Amino acid sequence: MTENTLNKKYTTKKEFFKQYKKKSRLQEIWQRFLKNKLAVVGLVLFTLIVLVAIFAPLIADYDNDAIKLNIPKRLTPPNSEHIFGTDEMGRDIFARIVHGARISLMVGLSSVLIALLIGGAFGAIAGFFGGKIDNVIMRSMDVFLCLPDVLLALAIVAAFGTSLVNMTIAIGLSFTPKFSRVVRSAVMSVRGIEYIEAARAIGATNKRIISHHVLINCIGPIIVQVTLYVANAILTISALSFIGLGIQAPTPEWGNMLASGRAFMRDNAYIVMAPGFAIFITILSLNLLGDGLRDALDPRLKQ
Amino acid sequence: MIKYVINRLLNMIPVIFALTFVVFTIMYFTPGDPTAVILGNEYSEEASQQLKQELGLDKPFLVQFFNYVGNLVRGDFGMSYITRAPVSEQLFGRFPNTFKVVIGAMIFCVGLGVPIGVFSGTKPYSFLSNVTMIIGLLGVSLPIFWLGLLLILLFSVKLGWLPSSGIDGFSSLILPSIALGANYMANIMRTTRSSMLEVIRQDYIRTAKAKGVSSRNVVRKHALKNAMMPTITVIGMNIGALLGGVVLTETVFSIPGTGRLLVESINKRDTPSVLGCLVIMALCVAISNLIVDLIYAYIDPRIKAQYSGGRGE
Repeated sequence: MTENTLNKKYTTKKEFFKQYKKKSRLQEIWQRFLKNKLAVVGLVLFTLIVLVAIFAPLIADYDNDAIKLNIPKRLTPPNSEHIFGTDEMGRDIFARIVHGARISLMVGLSSVLIALLIGGAFGAIAGFFGGKIDNVIMRSMDVFLCLPDVLLALAIVAAFGTSLVNMTIAIGLSFTPKFSRVVRSAVMSVRGIEYIEAARAIGATNKRIISHHVLINCIGPIIVQVTLYVANAILTISALSFIGLGIQAPTPEWGNMLASGRAFMRDNAYIVMAPGFAIFITILSLNLLGDGLRDALDPRLKQ
Repeated sequence: MIKYVINRLLNMIPVIFALTFVVFTIMYFTPGDPTAVILGNEYSEEASQQLKQELGLDKPFLVQFFNYVGNLVRGDFGMSYITRAPVSEQLFGRFPNTFKVVIGAMIFCVGLGVPIGVFSGTKPYSFLSNVTMIIGLLGVSLPIFWLGLLLILLFSVKLGWLPSSGIDGFSSLILPSIALGANYMANIMRTTRSSMLEVIRQDYIRTAKAKGVSSRNVVRKHALKNAMMPTITVIGMNIGALLGGVVLTETVFSIPGTGRLLVESINKRDTPSVLGCLVIMALCVAISNLIVDLIYAYIDPRIKAQYSGGRGE
């Protein structure tokens, strides 16, 4: 009898069990993420910015519009040809912003990668082994936390010059102590759980346990921090460029566009609007994304 | 309590020492010959050698470092390469301006952020609470320097209410304080709101309400002190960022402060001044962290108890 009713509704066993199948953890997280409207807005905005950065050469001509001086057209207010207007050298602000996105994202992502690799390694070792090693590593990281990260980046740039590579390294190093803290606390929360003990019981080496069991389970909080720190890194680059110690003049970068436009803003307010807004929107999208990811990954933390 | 303070002060010494070492090392490896910067056009091989001897630059790295630290303890930050005057003169001449801006920003962000956060935490679904949430969200993402420019455009250029640069009088402090503090105000507001929301759901709040305490007193006497812990943490964490932001604010508003001095010295390759600025700022961060920890200990009896032999006072 029961078998018959079963057969009526579900033709195969597989289909029958489908209704009881647990959703994978990733699916659950994704669904929670989608429910959060602000987070989705952040994701969409950030994806757009990434696409703009990738396809920048197709959107605007780098050499002719973003770099070449065009003095007769200088300080043209926004119009149909130049939607954000032109700057004090007659360059199209829209083209410069589009190409500026490339630098911001590139430095932002790679500096956070540096911080994650170095800081993450120290943090994982400190958190996993604890005791004396933990003390030594974290004490030395604390030293750096005493200097605001903009200043640490400034010191490094001051000493080694303002090339793109130096800036990326400077920002990456200045974020390193923070990442070591994040990874350390994530590792410590995982360290005591049974599956780590089980892995050790079957004879896995420390290296394997850290890379295959511990880190994989810490990935949630780390991703959240990566998102938020990419925002922070982008802010730092534009800040450094704004005070003249970052990306230098002809290269379009949002911070140095603001710096050079500043002298002309009294009569041409539009000149500082678009670059500032570009920074603002990028930071906002990453903040929304990061907050959304945090809530989706750990619903208990939801505020 | 005194034991705790002394303990914390002693802890500060190795941190500052190590940080000085790090910054000194970074600056030591700056490429280029400092004597070329000092001598400029008068540069010659002989003069360079002589100057190096005078300044102790020919000594080994560690000797130079300990000389520097030795002088630092006596309040001597060395001699500026450019002005050839003691760095300490410049530093102490400019520091008050930075101090004013930072204090102004602190007053702005704590004075506005905490009350608004508390209010919207106690009435979470009101119109005002939603507005503050949106402001908080946008405020966290606003770059200091852009906000500064926008404030100048609106209040100085358009309305002509407030000066756009310099540092004379109270009115010139308003815009820099807002620009510097806005980010952290949003942060403090958000944290206060969410910790207030958390606390207001606790059992002891229900108990207080049940025994007939007025809702104003519930917030003031029972909720506030408990909700303040995360807020104080955030304030403490932000002091460092605030001091970092000073560099930007001082650039935007042309304020002759420590941050501006730092940038100018970097551009002029004036290493002793750069070093002095960084050490002073790190010292400020360390001292303000100490103050935050003391406030923490004052509010949370558990921390106090830890340092008085576990027996409490």
